[in-house]
Amino acid sequence: MSQAMSQGTKPKHTLSGEEIIRCTGVNKWYGEFHVLKNVNLSVQKGERIVVCGPSGSGKSTMIRCLNRLEEHQKGTIVIDGIELTNNLKNIELVRREVGMVFQHFNLFPHLTVLENCTLAPIWVRKMPKAEAEERAMSYLKRVRIAEQAKKYPGQLSGGQQQRVAIARSLCMSPKVMLFDEPTSALDPEMVKEVLDVMIGLAEDGMTMLCVTHEMGFAKSVADRVIFMDRGEIVEQDTPDAFFSNPKSERTRLFLSQILNH
Amino acid sequence: MTDNVQSVGLPDERPPANTVGPIAWLRNNLFNSWYNAILTILVLGLLASAIPPFLNWLLFRAHGFDATSTVCRQDAGGACWGFISEKLRFIMFGMFPWEQQWRPLVTIAVFIALLVASCDRRFWKPWFGLVWAAGLALVAVLMWGGVFGLTYVENTLWGGLPLTIILSVIGLAVAFPVSILLALGRRSNMPAVKVLCVTYIELIRGVPLISLLFMASVMLPLFLPNGVSIDKLLRAQIAFIMFAAAYMAEAIRGGLQAIPKGQYEAADGLGLGYWQKMRKIILPQALAIAIPPLVNTFISFFKDTSLVIIIGLYDLLGTAKAALSDPSWRGFYREAYLFIGVIYWIFCFSMSKYSQKLERDLNRGHRR
Amino acid sequence: MATETRTTQGAPPPGGVSFSLSDPTFRAIVYQILVVGAVVLVGWFLISNTLDNLARRSIATGYHFLEREAAFGIGESLIDYSPKDTYGRAFLVGVLNTLKVSIIGVILATIIGTIIGVARLSSNWLIAKLASTYVEIIRNIPPLLQLFFWYALVSDGLPPVRQALNPIPGVFLSQRGLRVPVPAPDPVWANMGIALLVAIVAAWGVSRWARARQARTGQPFPAGWTGLGLIVGLPILTWLAGGAPLAMDVPKLTGFNFTGGGAISPEFFAILTGLTLYTAAFIAEVVRSGIKAVNWGQTEAARALGLPSSPTLRLVILPQALRVIVPPLTSQYLNLTKNSSLALAIGYPDLVSIANTTLNQTGQAIEGVTMIMGTYLVISLSISIFMNWYNKRIALVER
Ligand SMILES: Nc1ncnc2c1ncn2[C@@H]1O[C@H](COP(=O)(O)OP(=O)(O)O)[C@@H](O)[C@H]1O
Ligand SMILES: [Mg+2]
Repeated sequence: MSQAMSQGTKPKHTLSGEEIIRCTGVNKWYGEFHVLKNVNLSVQKGERIVVCGPSGSGKSTMIRCLNRLEEHQKGTIVIDGIELTNNLKNIELVRREVGMVFQHFNLFPHLTVLENCTLAPIWVRKMPKAEAEERAMSYLKRVRIAEQAKKYPGQLSGGQQQRVAIARSLCMSPKVMLFDEPTSALDPEMVKEVLDVMIGLAEDGMTMLCVTHEMGFAKSVADRVIFMDRGEIVEQDTPDAFFSNPKSERTRLFLSQILNH
Repeated sequence: MTDNVQSVGLPDERPPANTVGPIAWLRNNLFNSWYNAILTILVLGLLASAIPPFLNWLLFRAHGFDATSTVCRQDAGGACWGFISEKLRFIMFGMFPWEQQWRPLVTIAVFIALLVASCDRRFWKPWFGLVWAAGLALVAVLMWGGVFGLTYVENTLWGGLPLTIILSVIGLAVAFPVSILLALGRRSNMPAVKVLCVTYIELIRGVPLISLLFMASVMLPLFLPNGVSIDKLLRAQIAFIMFAAAYMAEAIRGGLQAIPKGQYEAADGLGLGYWQKMRKIILPQALAIAIPPLVNTFISFFKDTSLVIIIGLYDLLGTAKAALSDPSWRGFYREAYLFIGVIYWIFCFSMSKYSQKLERDLNRGHRR
Repeated sequence: MATETRTTQGAPPPGGVSFSLSDPTFRAIVYQILVVGAVVLVGWFLISNTLDNLARRSIATGYHFLEREAAFGIGESLIDYSPKDTYGRAFLVGVLNTLKVSIIGVILATIIGTIIGVARLSSNWLIAKLASTYVEIIRNIPPLLQLFFWYALVSDGLPPVRQALNPIPGVFLSQRGLRVPVPAPDPVWANMGIALLVAIVAAWGVSRWARARQARTGQPFPAGWTGLGLIVGLPILTWLAGGAPLAMDVPKLTGFNFTGGGAISPEFFAILTGLTLYTAAFIAEVVRSGIKAVNWGQTEAARALGLPSSPTLRLVILPQALRVIVPPLTSQYLNLTKNSSLALAIGYPDLVSIANTTLNQTGQAIEGVTMIMGTYLVISLSISIFMNWYNKRIALVER
């Protein structure tokens, strides 16, 4: 699979070849509206994937199906060997291994930055408080916000909040990180600080699925770019091939629109 | 090797049959878990055992509008609507002279017309105040009479629905300007004025309305110079005005607080004086925001007028209770209370729907 | 001139207040003197009239009448009272009756209101519709009308004492209200009370210990269930240890009335039912909007972290919802307490109705009204002090 995409260019790093996400024939409807159409997707450990596409094309819906924030109606989704069905135990098992970063951060406003980060390790991983705090501090250092640990989210800027949200997810030591437009609610001057953190994560070998319109990020970090339109995966390829030589008319149209901006 | 270009432009498919349609609706909305299924069945059982007997009483076994109390007492299985038809005019208009009762009826119509027209934004203009003044003058002429060939009717004879509406609407109209002053005073930076307004508002809001009505009925006569007396209706009206002013002031304060600081600064920048700034810039915005809470205040105010029964006035609830004390109709309280309950409900429910609609419009306006 | 006024509008010239109306500081002082003067003037006018009127009617002012014999009976009382007691004690009976109906009403209204508020958000369409129908009907009908209805239902709709309904052996329903068997006096009841207190303290201790242990080892402990078990179990154990007494004091019909058993008067039933059901509708709205005010994103974030639904509710949703709920909830409690004064209309002896009787008998109108208002102000003030304390506390946590 990864060989298939690396037409001409090498993958930026070597992948283990071990599969961590597999979606087969996934379909989803909102009432009568067919929002995901026959989505097939396979992700390997350590792979960095950028998902793009016009607004309303189902990108968020697709990645939200991966941790069952949305329910799919047809097809199978298997994460790290566990199939997502109505079984609540399985859903909780999957959610601990899959971190998610939202467009609007969704930090818990009544808890300090540190408490935001230790909540899930304490209550889900049953970690002693001191250990949870120590780990949380190390992740907060990594996103360069450790000095704000005692503050409340409302006291931080958007970029700082998003970095805390990333640290909060990392504290659960997830195997996969999902990002849903993590920079699109930020003021332009804060985009870079968040992207830098994400690039750092990618360099450390985290498996990432990232919905974003930051094409620079896609070019420099992604192993694969997926283009979605009207609920289906239209095209997926290495960034080089994707940007220089898009195969589908729809991709070309989309690229011309966002690159001309 | 996978083809990088997947099939293009997949057609929309219909969702699987078990996720849409009436059966799926039932499953998703009534039986989506085992406990919801149990609850649904319990509630259906409850409704099935409560609704048929109620409908029997209300309609199928009820005695018609021509039934006498003797007939009704013989078969007590159904409502006795004969009670309502016999007492209808007493409940609606109290002791107003029988052949003059078209006057309170027109009064009700005038009030409803004014209230309905006031709901329309197009009429939120200064000239509409004049329409209200004219309407109230018309009401005064109709209720009191004594001019244009109408016989004079003392206000001790007023009662029923017109009294309920008069107490609440006049109370609101007079309290409104007072409440604006109180709200401005509470936010003023003159300490003496602020303390006075806060004390008044918190004092009134801290005590029950009954105690104000008591104050008006037993203390007000003591407050006035010897020889000056005011009648019971006016005393109750004064209590209501004092009461309404405090609550409305709080609603308006909410509106004032919602105005961004920039608006005040902009007004100061224009060099406007305090009153100009308030009248031209701050109040129009603050009042627009305060209208939904003001309507809510009016709703509770409308319900609270029923308390005048305690100081011996006959509003809608008072007349219904008086009708029940007629020995031949004693015991038909279900019919009486249901009837006036529906009247109160129609007024309050329509106003609350209106306030919800205003709130939605307002939010939409803000988001734009 | 106009331009001059404008330039002087900012800060007053150094050196203090200039005595000119165009100086804002001076103007503010003048306004305040005028307003306070007007209020004092009106107050003086009213007071002098009042003193004049009182002298003319030869009514003595002051609260000495509180020490005189009341000479009227009171239907129900939490403390011993007879018509030979003073007006002061009668008033105290009224205050206690007001507090009784308010406290029980607040507890019941909170429970019912919370259930209905949550039901309005239920995914079960029928439950949600039923709950919103309840709210829309009850909120839009005057509470006094509802009280009258409940009172009529008991006093008119139920049979006289001689033909009392007897739905369950020992339970009697009649125009005189509800009579139920109560456990016969036994020392074990007092011991059970003590056991309950001990259990509450123990439950609190267990929850502290559980929290400390979880912080240390990471292992959670079902402190809530343990506490509940203690609070239910310890009194039951005490009861068993005390010989499990089952003797009941059963009401009996003797002559024209019942003797023995516990009684709920029709007035108390009507006022409690009316207030509870009315306030519950408002509390339901408070609870519903509080829960809805918590962004859905919060639930999603908690889920995405793998938190199961119970900790999500307890640690993420409720703490945020409570901040929205508590302020309007306390004002509903205050409303319920103030509405308990409607008791006057159906003859439940609350403080307003006893003060009313007092002022009719003694003619001490001003004192009577002042006592009613004063008592309610004390209640309102204590509630607002609590509110301010609570708001400050959560405000501190926020920033
Ligand atoms: N909860 C929902 N109910 C109904 N339609 C929805 C819901 N969420 C999203 N949609 C619709 O599904 C489509 C895909 O949404 P989304 O996945 O958010 O798109 P994207 O993230 O690519 O912009 C959109 O047309 C949107 O309107
Ligand atoms: Mg999206």
